[in-house]
Amino acid sequence: MPAVKETVDQVKAIDVDQYKYGFETEVEVDKAPKGLNEDIVRLISAKKNEPAWMLEWRLDAFRRWLTMREPTWARVDYPEIDFQDIHYYAAPKKNAAPKTIDDVDPAILDTYKKLGIPLREQEILAGVQQSKVAVDAVFDSVSVATTFKEELKKAGVIFCSISEAMREHPELVQKYIGTVVPVTDNYYATLNSAVFTDGSFVYVPKGVRCPMELSTYFRINEKNTGQFERTLIIVEEGGYVSYLEGCTAPQRDENQLHAAVVELIALDDAEIKDSTVQNWYPGDKDGKGGIYNFVTKRGDCRGKNSKISWTQVETGSAITWKYPSCILRGEGSRGEFYSIAVSNGRQQVDSGTKMIHLGKNTTSRIISKGISAGHSQNTYRGLVSAHRRATGARNFTNCDSLLIGNKCGAHTVPYIESKNGSAIFEHEATTSKISEEQLFYCMQRGLSEEEATALIVNGFVKDVLQQLPMEFAVEAQKLISISLEGSVG
Amino acid sequence: MSDVTPMRTPAESALIAAFPAARKNLPGNSTVIAMRESAFNRFEAKGLPHRRVEEYKYTDLRAAVREALPLAAAPDAKTLASLAGVTDPFAALDADRILIVDGHFVASQSASVIAGVTIHDLGEALSSGQGIEALGTIAKADDAALALNAAFMQGGVVIAIAKNAKPAKPLYVRCVVTGTAPHAVYPRVLISIGEGADVTLIETQQGPDGVAYQVNGVVEIKAGAHSKVQHVRLNAQGNAAIDMSTLGTDLGEHVEFKSLNFVTRPALSRHQVFARFSGEHIKFDVSGAALLKDKQHADSTLYVDHAMPHGESRELFKHVLDGESTGVFQGKIVVQPIAQKTDGRMMSQAILLSDNATMNNKPELEIFADDVACGHGATCGALDEDLLFYLRARGLPKPEAEALMLAAFVGEALEKIENDTVRDVLEAETQNWLLARAVK
Repeated sequence: MPAVKETVDQVKAIDVDQYKYGFETEVEVDKAPKGLNEDIVRLISAKKNEPAWMLEWRLDAFRRWLTMREPTWARVDYPEIDFQDIHYYAAPKKNAAPKTIDDVDPAILDTYKKLGIPLREQEILAGVQQSKVAVDAVFDSVSVATTFKEELKKAGVIFCSISEAMREHPELVQKYIGTVVPVTDNYYATLNSAVFTDGSFVYVPKGVRCPMELSTYFRINEKNTGQFERTLIIVEEGGYVSYLEGCTAPQRDENQLHAAVVELIALDDAEIKDSTVQNWYPGDKDGKGGIYNFVTKRGDCRGKNSKISWTQVETGSAITWKYPSCILRGEGSRGEFYSIAVSNGRQQVDSGTKMIHLGKNTTSRIISKGISAGHSQNTYRGLVSAHRRATGARNFTNCDSLLIGNKCGAHTVPYIESKNGSAIFEHEATTSKISEEQLFYCMQRGLSEEEATALIVNGFVKDVLQQLPMEFAVEAQKLISISLEGSVG
Repeated sequence: MSDVTPMRTPAESALIAAFPAARKNLPGNSTVIAMRESAFNRFEAKGLPHRRVEEYKYTDLRAAVREALPLAAAPDAKTLASLAGVTDPFAALDADRILIVDGHFVASQSASVIAGVTIHDLGEALSSGQGIEALGTIAKADDAALALNAAFMQGGVVIAIAKNAKPAKPLYVRCVVTGTAPHAVYPRVLISIGEGADVTLIETQQGPDGVAYQVNGVVEIKAGAHSKVQHVRLNAQGNAAIDMSTLGTDLGEHVEFKSLNFVTRPALSRHQVFARFSGEHIKFDVSGAALLKDKQHADSTLYVDHAMPHGESRELFKHVLDGESTGVFQGKIVVQPIAQKTDGRMMSQAILLSDNATMNNKPELEIFADDVACGHGATCGALDEDLLFYLRARGLPKPEAEALMLAAFVGEALEKIENDTVRDVLEAETQNWLLARAVK
């Protein structure tokens, strides 16, 4: 296990409060004034040169949002958010409209380099074909660079920022946006619909297997900004795409808001694989600062035999409120959810999935691994439901929680609702601590307690790590160990 | 969004309007009256629980309870005479019997002298204040059904089992609802079990078919250290009845507590168990079985609070659902930070025999201590085709093969009953249900 060794070394080198991505990039920014009202919504829409229907759509969402109340059912506790104290738009100034990657502010490129995504290098040193990953990078509110565009174009795949898509492919955006997560879906999704600033757009035409992994890196850089991105992925009949998402933010004392919406649409025989490594700043050891991560992710298996797979690695954020779901509408469609949620310090995670079986012979699989350490609270909340017509639906759910230390909590709240006699649902959940015997065995063979814990934890989450694309799996493994740093002993 | 308070339904308004008058006729000294009023205020503030209230998400009482029924009166001689025509499901059981009719204790037909056991009328105890110190302290107080019972309880029985007493026969509490006009019954049974005692408690709830009466009963059991308790409840309410029941337990150290609830008949039933672990090394085992058809609805709700270390809990619930019936299981195991070495296993299994049946499972774990081993499982599905084929290949007709498999499925829960006669009665109930299904 060389990766584990590496992890352990890395952990040792790091101080409790040190968040690897906690640097700040100084670039000039173009910011909207603080606060939220119709004028801000109009300003965002104008900044993006959006068509009139989009502005109407946003305004409609905003008016609806004013009538809604923040949900309180999740097991998370945080001071009231002042939605008027946030900048809803922040864009790096020099980067009015980067034509090529050379036009992007070098400071930003540097930031991404520090994060481990050398955009420039990728373009220049485009190494071996199969290891290539096309990256769309979102800095505060706007997308700054998308790599490998030309090559994707050849395959017919559209991969660009959503603002660009709105200008260049308005018919696609208009047809699909808000059809999976409606404007009225929930408080944060509605807010996002009103003020989303950027995000990624992917369109894979009929019969095309996307030639490379697509990836987006999100970074919140500015103070007092909220990031509201919106991702829309459409895969036509028989298409395939694997999409990766990574997130980071600088360290700050105050809390920052991130409310994203991700919509996936898979038509007949299409497959979408969405992998996320979420590593927003979790706050310091006393729970000061950190990102509030309120995300609505939902996939719609609209076509027959379509498949949507979510793989989530959650190590960051002060608060995570996220339930990537699948609506299994098409006959024979399949939904998968693999998740690792690691919480340490004062983090609070309330996360899980929904598998809604509507079509015949739909299948789903949920593997969730929660690890809580420090003073954190980690909740799995999930729904599996079979509607009357979902004959032959099948689900398997496995939620395991691991507790490290006696100041943290691990909770499981599954809802399993079956309205069809032929639907077969199985659910199992366990909660335990790292077994003394396993620790003893490893330590007897010369590993330190920390190394042994890292090894056992990596074994515990192996089922999920295996689902990640190679590059991500290594990074995720490191992240998990870093997140748990300081929890042993 | 649980703070949504909808408009009052006619049933809620009628219940609220009825309380001031009813209170005057209900037994109780000043302490009890204060308790009734505070419970009533809790109810008045929130109304009947509905699907927006998380604990009642799957059992919407606001929709189910359409009218507020008059409180049942104490049984007169004629009513008592009519009981001769009501079959006692445990007629064959050799037990010390306690009879509660329409929510009132019937001393004349209850055992009076049992070594180590004292039995009192709860109605009298409420008025005198004697022996009811534990009243209302055992079960979780913020529950709506419980609040209604506390406000309206008419009577019941107080049972005290002395230290180290080991009654030779089971104590059998039989609650019967009578009459052809629907009314509401709010019985309460208060049981305190002394240290080291060993007792078997059997409880039956029964009433006439075709009468839409409502029962909201509460049993509170306080078990002293090292005692051993087995409780079996047969819900044989009428086919139009609404039956709400709450079992509250407060357990001392080294207590071995077992309880099983069996349901086949009422239109709507909800059995909730609120368990508190007040001592270490408790062994707690609750189970349930429900066989439902037509439009029946049965809910099993559990709240197990592991508040002390070294506790062990086992939960096993079985639902067999035919027709358009609905089964609900909501179980919550809470492990407090101090409750290290807790071992909890919760299992809910359901078989759906029809395409119109529904099962809602919500097994929850809430864990604050790290050195624990807790797990839960939930399954639902149809009968296994392969097993059916195996049995039919050996010459069993389909209805018999299905009945055999279902009896085995339910049997796993019934096996926990230690008393042979009691287990036989429930097995026979299961067979009757399966037979009726096969004939249809």
